[in-house]
Amino acid sequence: MPQPAPQELPEIGPRTNSLDILAHGRQQAIKRNLQNTFIVDVDSHIGESGHWPEVMKFLENDATREAAFTFGGGTGQGAFLNDMPGLQWQGVHGRIPHAAGLKEPVEGSDLPKPVVLSRRAMDALSLDYQVFFPNGLLFLGMHPVKEMEVELATAYNRWLVEHVLPHEPRMQAMLYLPFNSPAAAEATIKRFLGARGVCGFLVTSTRYQPVHANEYMRVYAMLEEAGVPIGFHAHHNWHNEYTKQLNRFISMHALSFVLSNLVHLTNWVINGMPVRFPKLKTIWIESGLAWVPFLMQRLDHEYLMRRSEAPLLKRLPSEYMREMFYTSQPMEAQNMKLLEGTFEAIDAPNQLLYASDWPHWDFDVPSAIWDLPFLNDQARRNILGLNAARLFNLPVPARYRQMAAE
Amino acid sequence: MKEIFVAAEADIPEGGRKVIAAEGVEVGVFRIDGTLKAWRNECPHQGGPVCQGRVMKGVEERLDDERRSLGIHYKDGSLHVICPWHGYEFDIRTGRHTGLDRIRLSSHPVSVRDGAIYVGIHG
Ligand code: FES
Repeated sequence: MPQPAPQELPEIGPRTNSLDILAHGRQQAIKRNLQNTFIVDVDSHIGESGHWPEVMKFLENDATREAAFTFGGGTGQGAFLNDMPGLQWQGVHGRIPHAAGLKEPVEGSDLPKPVVLSRRAMDALSLDYQVFFPNGLLFLGMHPVKEMEVELATAYNRWLVEHVLPHEPRMQAMLYLPFNSPAAAEATIKRFLGARGVCGFLVTSTRYQPVHANEYMRVYAMLEEAGVPIGFHAHHNWHNEYTKQLNRFISMHALSFVLSNLVHLTNWVINGMPVRFPKLKTIWIESGLAWVPFLMQRLDHEYLMRRSEAPLLKRLPSEYMREMFYTSQPMEAQNMKLLEGTFEAIDAPNQLLYASDWPHWDFDVPSAIWDLPFLNDQARRNILGLNAARLFNLPVPARYRQMAAE
Repeated sequence: MKEIFVAAEADIPEGGRKVIAAEGVEVGVFRIDGTLKAWRNECPHQGGPVCQGRVMKGVEERLDDERRSLGIHYKDGSLHVICPWHGYEFDIRTGRHTGLDRIRLSSHPVSVRDGAIYVGIHG
């Protein structure tokens, strides 16, 4: 051998350490000096899926708890869940290994595995905070047993608040609202509001409950009064009458992640929720961005002709929508001109929140925002972290402001 | 142009690859049709470690004489490397995205001397 062998980089597979999968994210962060930028990842999905038996220990009804451990061959894995097969298609049949769930070992740590995995992602991507969201529970709003949504959601919320969040102040979470039972949703807010690391409450958008129903007004009033945001997190649904016609995951995913939030946001605006709850902050999560200017134009166009059907509104629907928050991922960035127009339409420098969606198959690294050619420095700092700090009341260490000024 | 040593020739058999890091550069060297191809381990999408992804056949949708679909099947003779970050799929022979020609991997010159493989890098 003429020379010593160079460092060899192995194939990335389902058990590769996140730090190795994301090593190029680390390199990008160093190249861009991202350690000088405050970054909040508003949507990550380390999630509960691989830890479900742990979650099941937090079920409060002992009969349900014991029954949970009859599932999964006695392990409790998957107990009572109504997952749809779609989740298992995300990795494009082995082509994107991490999308099947992070299977890497975390030996040598007493911490809960989600904490270790979250730290690895935060360290690799130079994140200051990461907001934790579920995986399989994104279907829970479709559970045929209404009470089960309440029981599982409460166990999940407790698992997060009691078992996961206390270990790492950089981890935050929006807790699951069992929205099919409005009284239970109110109880969830009362119980967990103010708990360490709880930065908001979450409605999983895959469900058939109209968000303007009178039963929800107390939920919104409570969150408005507490100054805590409500998030609507999209997901796919291959089982409704429209998406059932789509024979490829790509087609279903492209439409389905938008469809639920299209419906909920339309109901939200046309029924005047921004007028009824002017201080309630809403976040529309994981539908990408291209749908927003579509809906703005569509609703504005019809509003001017059919004002009598939206009498609470005093302004164009798009003007209310410009005051809402949106997460950036999956950011459709194939046409920069259209993307720039979208940023303008949604007032991105003030309302857009960077989100990675890690470790899902269509995640975005911070450089996807940082490198956008049409953003000025302040706008990209706002989108990467400062907008989230304002929204969630997160402290921004003084060093960042000084660095930005320099 | 500087040359860096990758591996002994025998270490990259037909259909095989080696991805190396040296001098601040990461390069994947693949052997296909008896020829060595070297692509930079940086995906044109978001910069992911493309050469460390799965190597597998591409697929095609077959149609019958009346253009009815016969489903999706592996395409004989094809060999792709798939970026593990988000699945951009590249033809190992050409370095081009299999769905959009103008998205390409950056190439490095490869040479073989005395049974050893080298790639050229700038700098
Ligand atoms: S970085 Fe390679 S597919 Fe996205």
